[in-house]
Amino acid sequence: MTSGVKSPSSRVAPDPSRGSSEPRLSVEQVSYAYAPNPQQAPVFTLEATSFQAKAGEVVAVLGPNASGKSTLLQIVSGALEPLSGRVLLNGFVTHQLEPRARGQRIAMVLQESQLLFPSKAWEFVLQGRHPYGKSLRFESDEDVTIAQNALAQVGAEHLADRWMDQISGGEKQRVILARALAQQPLLLLLDEPTLHLDIGAQVDLLETIRRLAAENRYTVLVVTHELNLAGEYADQVVLLQRGKCLRVGTPAGVYQRDLLEQVFQAQLTVETGASGRPRVSILPGP
Amino acid sequence: MRPLTLSRLLLQCLILAVILFCVMVLALKFGAIHVSLYGLGRDLLRVFLGKSSDISSEYSLILNLRLPRILLGAFVGAALAIAGTSFQALLRNPLADPYVLGVSSGAAVGAILALLLSPHLALSPEIAAVFTPLGAFIGAALAIAAVYLLGHRNGQIDSSTLLLGGVIIASLLSALIVLLLTTLPSSNFRGMAYWLMGELSAVPSQPLAWVLRVGFLVAAVVIYTTASDLNLLLAGEKEAMHLGVDVRRVRLIVYIAASALTGLAVSVSGAVGYVGLLIPHLMRMIYGADHRILIPASAFGGAIAVVIADILARTIAAPNELPVGAITAIAGAPLFIYLLRRRFA
Repeated sequence: MTSGVKSPSSRVAPDPSRGSSEPRLSVEQVSYAYAPNPQQAPVFTLEATSFQAKAGEVVAVLGPNASGKSTLLQIVSGALEPLSGRVLLNGFVTHQLEPRARGQRIAMVLQESQLLFPSKAWEFVLQGRHPYGKSLRFESDEDVTIAQNALAQVGAEHLADRWMDQISGGEKQRVILARALAQQPLLLLLDEPTLHLDIGAQVDLLETIRRLAAENRYTVLVVTHELNLAGEYADQVVLLQRGKCLRVGTPAGVYQRDLLEQVFQAQLTVETGASGRPRVSILPGP
Repeated sequence: MRPLTLSRLLLQCLILAVILFCVMVLALKFGAIHVSLYGLGRDLLRVFLGKSSDISSEYSLILNLRLPRILLGAFVGAALAIAGTSFQALLRNPLADPYVLGVSSGAAVGAILALLLSPHLALSPEIAAVFTPLGAFIGAALAIAAVYLLGHRNGQIDSSTLLLGGVIIASLLSALIVLLLTTLPSSNFRGMAYWLMGELSAVPSQPLAWVLRVGFLVAAVVIYTTASDLNLLLAGEKEAMHLGVDVRRVRLIVYIAASALTGLAVSVSGAVGYVGLLIPHLMRMIYGADHRILIPASAFGGAIAVVIADILARTIAAPNELPVGAITAIAGAPLFIYLLRRRFA
């Protein structure tokens, strides 16, 4: 086995934060640097970043390309060990969790999921039960029920018997999300989930995520380029630029014209939309 | 939703086992000496009942010569097919197999080196029996390590670089094999050349047979325990990791076990090509990509395929025998092209 197990208590424990107002996720001064080889200076760093999130909260991580968004997500997920600082999920350091324990608490939806050999949507969703399985992991009736519920929660029951390579991008993203729900996580991480989706499917997906966070009390961390979608659906935003965490706060607090213009190098306007949330538009150049 | 259950898995394995048995009985019947199925059945029964002395000389010849060879063929086919299935999942490459990736060539180099060295080392008979498969295993493991390193880019496997890496390693090792063969006395050369093509005529000695049995069982069981992890690895190492797979551990044990299987197979049969590539493909068409059923199905499929290929090798040019590897290549290459066209059509 790997060195993942730090203490017996890092296995499955009851969740004290489900339904409480204590922060469930606590990102404490994490930083990261990597170098192509040991002789060279690190090419990219994530400088000390901190924020907290409660159960049921949606946090959006924003920033231009190469600002360290995905690195931050990888660190939070426990896949990358931070250079300094730590990420606590219910008091457990995420990168010290044993892989199965991590799979039971943290679910990740990556930008795209490439399948080498096509599988049916239900088979794909059942993979989310893997962290709970025993040695050969024959799925139990309970696993099947959980997978069916997960598909239902994202409105994709009708896709169960379809092949993954024969459904649309939006449908596929729903099935991938259903697999993450089947993991019954505390923390749901999404890396640019709307990347290849049209605007209707984007809104649809974020509505679903928002609803799931409220219903299932997930803490959601979503990396996105979509300022307006983040502004509309996130409780908190974390704004990054070239590895620096510039601001953490509510969308209204962070979406200030000067700041966004400087970060994204574009002429922008920020207004308050009909929902009371900030709305960003582009001003055409001179 | 109808997930795989243990009873369904066992039923499918039983069906494949019955097919394998029938093919093996046919393989006993066909060959330079003709025997009847009835006589074969009668004498097999006598062997099982412990009355070996009652067997006619004709049938005893068949059982003593043909049967071990058929069992060897089944073993080689099963080992190569399991290795191919694992490599395809682990390297996320449907074209990966021990032969294409140069693992078989690595094993061959290791085996030849062991053969060349063993007379100089004054080994006890027990160790001498293990020496060639051990050399083949080390050669296989080194070759796959080299291919893996060549195919890795920015922490992820790059499928086409990996395959090209395999092709290059394979051609380098083939050159090395020719160099090594020229150092052999000329009387051994033809035998070695035949062995390299893949052949089953050299039935292993008793200690070696035990090494093969135990090695095969251990490696196959070890790989099978990772079957459900391999299902997730098909989607990539990152995704598998987020679904609770200990990627590093799975990768390491499957590499070692699959190299061991390749090494064992190559050390007794040379490089029988295409079995590790095509059998997993065919089985995937029938049973889907769930490794919990794909691995055992491939093992049976590989065994069936090599036993059939060996029947052909023994009968096509009778009384001469062809190397079984020539048959698998002649049958395998067109089948492979067909699959490739179908896939990208």
